[in-house]
Amino acid sequence: MKILVCISKTPDTTAKIAFADNNTKFASDGVQWIINPYDEWYALVRAIELKEVDATTSISLVTVGGAEADPIIRKALALGGDDAIRINADSHDSYYIASQIAAVAKEGGYDLIFTGKETIDYNGSSIGGMVAELLDLPYISLATKFDIAGTTATVVREIEAGKETNQANLPLVVSCQKGMAEQRIPNMKGIMGARTKPLKVVEPITIDALTTLASFDLPLAKAGVKLVSADTPEELVRLLHEEAKVF
Amino acid sequence: MVLVYIDLVEGKLKKSAFEVASYAAETAKLLGTNAYAIVLGNSTDDLTSLGKYGITKVHTVAAATAFDAQVFTKVIADAATQLNATVVIFSNNLNGKAIAPRLSVRLKAGFVSGAVALPDVSNGFVVKKNVFSGKAFANVAIRTGVKIISLNPNSFNIVVVDGSAEVIAFATPVDVSKIEITATNKVTGEVLLTEAEIVVSGGRGLKGPENWGLVTDLAKLLGAATACSRPVADIHWRPHHEHVGQTGIAIAPNLYIAIGISGAIQHLAGVNRSKTIVVINKDPEAPFFKAADYGIVGDAFEVMPKIIDAVRKLKGA
Ligand SMILES: Cc1cc2nc3c(=O)[nH]c(=O)nc-3n(C[C@H](O)[C@H](O)[C@H](O)COP(=O)(O)OP(=O)(O)OC[C@H]3O[C@@H](n4cnc5c(N)ncnc54)[C@H](O)[C@@H]3O)c2cc1C
Repeated sequence: MKILVCISKTPDTTAKIAFADNNTKFASDGVQWIINPYDEWYALVRAIELKEVDATTSISLVTVGGAEADPIIRKALALGGDDAIRINADSHDSYYIASQIAAVAKEGGYDLIFTGKETIDYNGSSIGGMVAELLDLPYISLATKFDIAGTTATVVREIEAGKETNQANLPLVVSCQKGMAEQRIPNMKGIMGARTKPLKVVEPITIDALTTLASFDLPLAKAGVKLVSADTPEELVRLLHEEAKVF
Repeated sequence: MVLVYIDLVEGKLKKSAFEVASYAAETAKLLGTNAYAIVLGNSTDDLTSLGKYGITKVHTVAAATAFDAQVFTKVIADAATQLNATVVIFSNNLNGKAIAPRLSVRLKAGFVSGAVALPDVSNGFVVKKNVFSGKAFANVAIRTGVKIISLNPNSFNIVVVDGSAEVIAFATPVDVSKIEITATNKVTGEVLLTEAEIVVSGGRGLKGPENWGLVTDLAKLLGAATACSRPVADIHWRPHHEHVGQTGIAIAPNLYIAIGISGAIQHLAGVNRSKTIVVINKDPEAPFFKAADYGIVGDAFEVMPKIIDAVRKLKGA
C-alpha cells in the first residue's frame, strides 16, 4: 500500500498571535514552527503504525511551502516517513494548496491519502475534501480509527450524535483526528536516518486561488474577571442568573 | 439565490440548521434575493417550519439517505447549478466539513470555512472567519461568481420571522455510494457539545473520574453539555469527544464553566469564543482567570457542592 501523508507547518501552539503590514500578515518573527499536530499525531503516526504491521507499505510525505518548511518535513521523516515531496510555493488558499497536492498525488498513484483534521492556524478543514474531489475519490472525514484488510478500509468517523463505521475500498482520502493514534517522539536513529531520506522539491502547477486573505483582526480584550469569595459560592450563581443572565 | 444545505441529525433539524437557515436568509437580504434550502434524506421534522427562519423554498432529495460526501456533493452541486445559486451555505459542523470543500472544487467556487459573521458585501464579498483556533479572525475575500461559506456553530443569532416554506422534491440522480456504513454508535440523550448553550468542563484538578459528579450534576441541572481538558481525555477519565481546545473541539457557548482547569493557551484557544467564562480554580495565579468573566479562587471539592445546591434551589429542582 502506498500512503501519502499531507504535512503542514504551523506556528507552535504557544506562539504569540500578532499581525504585521497593516494586519495583512501573521507576524512570524521569533515564532517556532511545528508540524501541524493533527498531521503529526494522527495522520503520520497512524501511517507509521500501518507500515509497522505491513512492511510493504510505503509512506510519502507532501507539503506545500518554501525552503523554510524543510526542517518540518525532516522532522516528519524522522518520525517515520520514507520520502518527501515539497511543492515549492507559498500558500495562497486551500484550493490552491489542494490543487498542488492533487497534482502530486495523481502522479504518485497512492492508495491512501491522509490529512489532519485541520491546521491549527487557518482552521480550514478543507484540504482532504478538496483533494478527494479533485481526484474523484471517496472521502471519509474526521476519522477516529482506521484499519485495513487487503484493499478494504474500515474507518470510524465522528458524526453529530456519536460515531459511525464506514467501509470503503482503496483508493481513499481520510482526514484524521484524535483517537487514530498517539503522539510519538522521534528517536536518535530516526533523526539521523531522516537526513539522508529523499526530499524532492517540485515546482507548483499554475492555478489561480479562489479567495484572498484581506486582513486579520484580534478579538476584543475581556473587561477583567469578577471574583466571588469561596465562602459564598451561591453569590456566583446569583450573579450568573441576575447579572450575566446566562441561566 | 442563496442556497443553504440543511443537515439532518437522525432525521431531525438541530440548532445548527436554524442558525444556517437564518444566516442564509440574512445573506439573501443583503444581496436582495431569496434563500432556499436543500435537505437530503428523510426528515421527521416539518420542513415548512424552515420558513420561520426566512427560507422560502425547501428542495428535498429523499433518495440521498446514507451520508457520503462524494454523493451528497454531486446532488448539492446539481441543485446549486440548476437553481442558479450564487451563494451556498453550510454549517461548519461534521458533515459540512466533509461536503463544503468538495463542492468548492466541483463548482470552482471560493470557499470560506468557519465564518463568524455575515458577509460584508459593501466592497466585494468578504467573510470574517475564525483563525488560530479562536485567537484571531481573518477577513477573506471570495473572488468567484459562486461563493461557499460554512458557518461556525453558535456564532450567529437565530432570527425568527413569520413564514412557512414551500417544500418541493428536487429530481436529480443520486449516485451509488462507494462507502458502506456498517455500524452507528449513538451517544443518546446528551446535548451536542458544539451546539450547547452552556458547557460545564473539568480538568486535572478534579483528581479522578470518580469525582466527575461535580461536573455532570451541574450540567444536568443546567441542561448543559460536558467537556474536559486534553490530559483528562488522554488519561481516559473522560471520552475523547469531550476534549476541547486547540487540538480538540472548538466551542462557543453562552456560558463556559471551567472547574480545575489551569487555562493553558491551547485550552483557551478552543473555548475563548464563549460569551461568558466562569473559572473555579484553587490557584489564584491560574492563567484561566485572565480569560474569565467570573471566578472563584477556591477548592472545587468545597465550592462545587454549594454551587450545585444553589442552582438546584434556583431551578426549584
Ligand atoms: C501542541 C499542544 C496542543 C494542546 N492542545 C490542548 C487542547 O486542545 N486542550 C487542552 O485542554 N489542552 C491542550 N494541551 C495541553 C495544555 O498545554 C495543558 O497541559 C492542559 O490544558 C492542562 O490541563 P488541565 O488544566 O486539566 O491540567 P493542569 O494544567 O494540571 O491544571 C489543573 C488545574 O487544576 C487546579 N486544581 C487542582 N486541584 C484543584 C482543586 N481541588 N480545586 C480547584 N482547582 C484545582 C490547579 O490549580 C490547576 O490550575 C495542548 C498542549 C500542546 C503542547
